[in-house]
Amino acid sequence: MKAKLRFILAAGVLGLLMTGPFALTALLLFADAKEAERAAFAQFLVPRLPLGALMTLLGFIAGLALLRGLFQQYVHGLLRMAETLRLMLGANRNFRVAPEGPPEVRELGRAANDLAQQRDELLNDVDEQIRQAKASVEEEKNRLAALMSELAQGVVVCNLDGRILLYNSRARLQFTALAQGPTSMSGGALIGLGRSIFSILERGQITHSLETIQQRLARGSAEATANFITSTRSGQLLRAQMAPVLRTGAGVATAANVDSLPPNPPAWQGGDNTGSQAAPAQGGLAAASMGAPLEVTGYVLTIENITRNFEREAERDQALQLLTDGNRAALANIRAAVETLIDTPDMEADYRERFTRVIADESAAMTERLEATMNRFADALKTRWPLEDVLGVDILAAAARRIEDRLQLLIKNEDQDTSLWVRVDSFALIQAITFLASRLQEHYSIRELRLRLVAEGKMVFVDLIWSGKVVSSETLYAWELEPMSVGAEISPLTLRDVIDRHGGEIWYQRDKAAHNAFFRIVLPAAIMSGVQAMDPVPHVRSESRPEYYDFDLFAARDAEGSGIDPERRLTDLAYSVFDTETTGLQPSNGDEIIQMGAVRIVNNRLLRQEIFDQLVDPVIPLKPEGIPIHGITEAMLNGQPRLDVVLPAFHEFCAETVLVAHNAAFDMRFFQLKEDSLGVRFTQPVLDTLLLSAVIHPNQESHGLESIAERLGINVIGRHTALGDAFVTGEVFLKMIPLLADMGIVTLRQALDAAQKTYFARIKY
Amino acid sequence: MSHRVLIVDDEPNIVISLEYLIKKEGFEVAVATDGEAALQQAADFAPDLILLDVMMPKKSGFEVCQALRADPAQAAVKIIMLTARGRETEVAKGLALGADAYITKPFSTKELVLQIKSLLA
Repeated sequence: MKAKLRFILAAGVLGLLMTGPFALTALLLFADAKEAERAAFAQFLVPRLPLGALMTLLGFIAGLALLRGLFQQYVHGLLRMAETLRLMLGANRNFRVAPEGPPEVRELGRAANDLAQQRDELLNDVDEQIRQAKASVEEEKNRLAALMSELAQGVVVCNLDGRILLYNSRARLQFTALAQGPTSMSGGALIGLGRSIFSILERGQITHSLETIQQRLARGSAEATANFITSTRSGQLLRAQMAPVLRTGAGVATAANVDSLPPNPPAWQGGDNTGSQAAPAQGGLAAASMGAPLEVTGYVLTIENITRNFEREAERDQALQLLTDGNRAALANIRAAVETLIDTPDMEADYRERFTRVIADESAAMTERLEATMNRFADALKTRWPLEDVLGVDILAAAARRIEDRLQLLIKNEDQDTSLWVRVDSFALIQAITFLASRLQEHYSIRELRLRLVAEGKMVFVDLIWSGKVVSSETLYAWELEPMSVGAEISPLTLRDVIDRHGGEIWYQRDKAAHNAFFRIVLPAAIMSGVQAMDPVPHVRSESRPEYYDFDLFAARDAEGSGIDPERRLTDLAYSVFDTETTGLQPSNGDEIIQMGAVRIVNNRLLRQEIFDQLVDPVIPLKPEGIPIHGITEAMLNGQPRLDVVLPAFHEFCAETVLVAHNAAFDMRFFQLKEDSLGVRFTQPVLDTLLLSAVIHPNQESHGLESIAERLGINVIGRHTALGDAFVTGEVFLKMIPLLADMGIVTLRQALDAAQKTYFARIKY
Repeated sequence: MSHRVLIVDDEPNIVISLEYLIKKEGFEVAVATDGEAALQQAADFAPDLILLDVMMPKKSGFEVCQALRADPAQAAVKIIMLTARGRETEVAKGLALGADAYITKPFSTKELVLQIKSLLA
């Protein structure tokens, strides 16, 4: 009800209150009186009525004035204060109620001001805490970056899908150095945020190491890391150590609970801890001490290129072997000759001469060999093929699983000594066992294989036993020398390589009495100090290692299959934004690509370091009219690679990402024309910023890259180089994503559909 | 009747000593200088004992040994393997494949002779 209406009502009530009782009394007296009394009463009252009415009116006016005053002070004053308070709530935090009016209202105003003051202090405090938290996150990031860049080893952090979440410059350098052929164009860019580590390292190796770590964690071992050596496609040797990134089950929940706070809770424990930071850490600690299962959410790989070390070491080994085994034979010859001479004092002269010549020849040859070996002896670092101490039965169990999985061959255990430790490269050894099993199944159709593990002295025997079928030992000799393959999986190593790497032996033997045959692999037993063998106290890893980060991406899992899911949100996808410069505008009329540039978008960020930038020799002459546009001259294209090299490299660069280009149909047409001759097919989805612009601003006349950039407020620099245009296109695309979301276009499929429907989609090159 | 010994080694400088030594002990001696010749000689010469070098051209000592052990006609022949590589795993392999003794170069001639005699006794 409005204040004015209420005032009128109050005035009415006041009027009634002032006249009502009097009129009512008069009425009652009048009703009660007798006829004569009534006449006397009227006679007395009527002439005096105007005076009464005047007095009443005066009283009413005075009452009205009083009422108005009260209304002004209490009702209007409070309403004014309410407005001021509203202002303080929203638009102007620093506004205050001016204390005026009666003491009660003033007191109320002061109380409201005090409340506002308290609110402001709290808000300032929260702001300050947020600022501090942000600063500490920033500082922690900087510290991590500094730490990582100082490291002499390459560090790569991946989630369980093998997506790279973090890498340091050393890792990038290492992989760039490794990149040969096509990959070198993108500056070894196969390492990049969100990219798969499996394009660099072998998937099987990584999976195996993860399994090893999980086994160890399950056993409560303190050493939950795994080492392996792997060779890259270019034949370089990398030594990698894998350490798990752990999170306890309850820790996840705790982290999720505080996710609603503005910044992600940093878990860095150094420096000043604000309350909000301490909470998740304590939660994790409590959960860990309660024995919650440790969940591996990703892993850290430290990578070192040991190709040179290894080559040097191999040379040293060779030298050592030449010095020892190489001289055994010569020494044997000399010794036999000398002993024969001594034992036969009455030897015939010509025999004696022949024996002394043996001694002379052999000792001369030994001297020569010694010299040669010493000259070649390089002072190399001690780098050996790193073998790990593993429980023998673990290897057999893993091998059995693999064989059953790959070959569907029945595996049984026989006499497995569970206490035996061996020094092995477990991945290679399991590969070797699987390879032998697959050969036996393939060539001798065995139905069942038994695995035995026994020891003799310092040697451990791994036997693969089968019944019936006799194998010729030549067969094993042949198998030893071919690269190991199981199905489509081919290892660069031969069985002999694996055996040699372990300093082991392998042979074929028959047990006639038991009617079976077996391959025996001899391995050196591991000498266990006893401490490492079993660790009775389960270690809580999450406590012992400080956590420097809390990546959301750790939890992100890929959808099944490697294809790009069209139902994923545009903000979640990885993109390769690219552009090409060409000799002309008619791909079907023989125009060719002369430059390609691309940049990646991962997690809604344009990654300016992860680029592809390459000139291409078009083989045909440039058109003079094009040169002012793209600024590329014949001289610049001299000696550049041709498209048959560049396009496959570009294809690799774009793997598993959505392609984005301005007027993509034009570029795609070039690619399409080369598909058959170069054998490179771009099957991933393509988004076109030109079409998307038409979706967002259907009434704009121009959808040229420059106009769009201007509309979206993007500074255009370095246009008309392929990479420069790719950058602009990338920025344009990033600005478009929220605009598309406003129109309800959120997923990739929606964006593709919307683009398809626009008018421009009908233009074909 | 004297025992027959076949010496299999591709190095003439050891063969000369071995031949001389074993002849001196009164055995009949034949020499083969590679793996294939060894198998041929084993059939032709019918030795009672073979001194078998491991590292040889054509067929290694291991292969020769395995072939001999697979042949019932040669069941009785004694085999002493000689090798210039001293790894324990190789010794195990030689013995597993059926060698009666395994001697690493360099060796004492006296011990070799004793070994031969004891095997032929």
